Amino acid sequence: MATAHSRSAARIMIAPAVFLLLVWMLVPLCMTLYFSFADYRPLRATFDAWIGFDNYVRFVSSSSFLRSVGTTLWMVGGILSITIVGGVLMALLLDRQMYGQGIVRILVIAPFFVMPTVSALVWKNMFFNVDNGLFSYLYKFLGLQPYDFLSQAPIFSIVIIVAWQWLPFATLILLTAVQSLDSEQLEAAEMDGAPVLSRFRFIILPHLSRAITVVILIQTIFLLSIFAEIFVTTNGAFGTRTLTYLVYQRVLESQNVGLGSAGGIIAVILANIVAIFLMRIVGKNLDN
Amino acid sequence: MARAITTKQKVIWTALAWAFGLLMFFPIMWTFLTSFKTEGTAIADPPVWFFFDWTLENYTAVQERSNYPKALMNSIIIAVGSTLLGILIAVPAAWSMAFVPGKRTKDVLLWMLSTKMLPAVGVLYPLVLLAKWLGVMDSRALLIVVLMLINLPIIVWMLYTYFKEIPGEILEASRMDGASLRSEILYVLTPMALPGIASTILLNIILAWNEAFWTILLTTVDAAPLTAFIASFSAPEGLFYAKLSAASMMAIAPILIMGWFSQKQLVRGLTFGAVK
Repeated sequence: MATAHSRSAARIMIAPAVFLLLVWMLVPLCMTLYFSFADYRPLRATFDAWIGFDNYVRFVSSSSFLRSVGTTLWMVGGILSITIVGGVLMALLLDRQMYGQGIVRILVIAPFFVMPTVSALVWKNMFFNVDNGLFSYLYKFLGLQPYDFLSQAPIFSIVIIVAWQWLPFATLILLTAVQSLDSEQLEAAEMDGAPVLSRFRFIILPHLSRAITVVILIQTIFLLSIFAEIFVTTNGAFGTRTLTYLVYQRVLESQNVGLGSAGGIIAVILANIVAIFLMRIVGKNLDN
Repeated sequence: MARAITTKQKVIWTALAWAFGLLMFFPIMWTFLTSFKTEGTAIADPPVWFFFDWTLENYTAVQERSNYPKALMNSIIIAVGSTLLGILIAVPAAWSMAFVPGKRTKDVLLWMLSTKMLPAVGVLYPLVLLAKWLGVMDSRALLIVVLMLINLPIIVWMLYTYFKEIPGEILEASRMDGASLRSEILYVLTPMALPGIASTILLNIILAWNEAFWTILLTTVDAAPLTAFIASFSAPEGLFYAKLSAASMMAIAPILIMGWFSQKQLVRGLTFGAVK
């Protein structure tokens, strides 16, 4: 039983973690909020503490903002569709009886552990490179003109790289969900003569719906802040500037801190909208 | 009960699954093979697969580069350091939340999780400014602290779910049998909690090792870990495929091995118990 004594001891034990996270979250965020209302450009030694909502207005009304939101949506949407559809198929495939299941699992999961800068560079140079990349050899082999992926289809290329890294994550989580499916239910449906597709549509998919939602939410939060893959491959050129990357460039490259901070606050708000949905699901799960 | 399937079906599924598995693994396999080629063989047209003169010269060449050993050392210190520091702070917190839950425990857990969802760019400039102001820019200490804070919610959360599975009755039983607090912690709790702590450490070392936003933006020379070292290969050095591959393999090999051991914990650690 928890006594009053152990209660207060418990509170002391939680305190450091809560305090650190509180400071970590509040101090920089308040600073960003403060800068976002200031005209602050360190390189020109400009500092005007209060210019109202000017930064927000300028950030939102610039054409690069709308383009970056579009790029972000395309990227996140593309990666999500590939990883969810691929993940469901892969999970169902890995759930079958086969020889060497453990090894196949390891092969499929491996990309998730590859450091982002490594996977971006390996794909960029050894696969997408127009002169010596593997895809160029493949194109030549098929009698086609080699294709310069990163400059002609930059968003698509980055989607491929990132989807390759996240497909294992989706597969692993969906596989966990598939394995918890009651096989008797499926057998009953099979005996009643339900075809494969309707078994998938009416039994497997509803069972997976929660896991799919969780995968979508978690991935969205991580994908909204993709950075290294863009940094290493295109450095934001060829229309691959996402909202995250735009803010990074405003703040660190052009050193317009006020404008970038306004963008940062907008990014925080957008991420929070996604986070709220995720927290609801996680919170519900804590109760039981 | 597993359903009985015919051997033929099993062979078909096996072939299909292996085909997809090898396809996913191919980029890593290709990097591995290329790392043992000479630069000439690496860009041979048509590509050479297995039959070439395997050489270790790329590995020696990369290790001789002045900054590789330093980057490796930085990666190890930052990943291990931030994880252990996080564990130190998280164990008491997770412990008390699992065994002495209060009315607020659930809210605290969810709030901690919410800090994880704060986009990094939202706090980028203040952090750079604070780091410069404190004179800790490009230092290992800074990265240890920052990565610890980023992963703290995951560490607390993972430990919480593990501790939650330890039945409280066992503790009471040992107390009734007259175990002192010290022996209770040492002989009853620790053995039961250790596997959970170990897998939490493993997963968080992986996450810290691969973190590539703060490690790139908060370092320049002294504290740059492997993520930043590899990023510096971008161009034109990245076009030396064999050396790029050797450097890449050295950066990912330890984590690949650790990752394969921690694949089961991955689901728990990254879905916050929402998928079981």
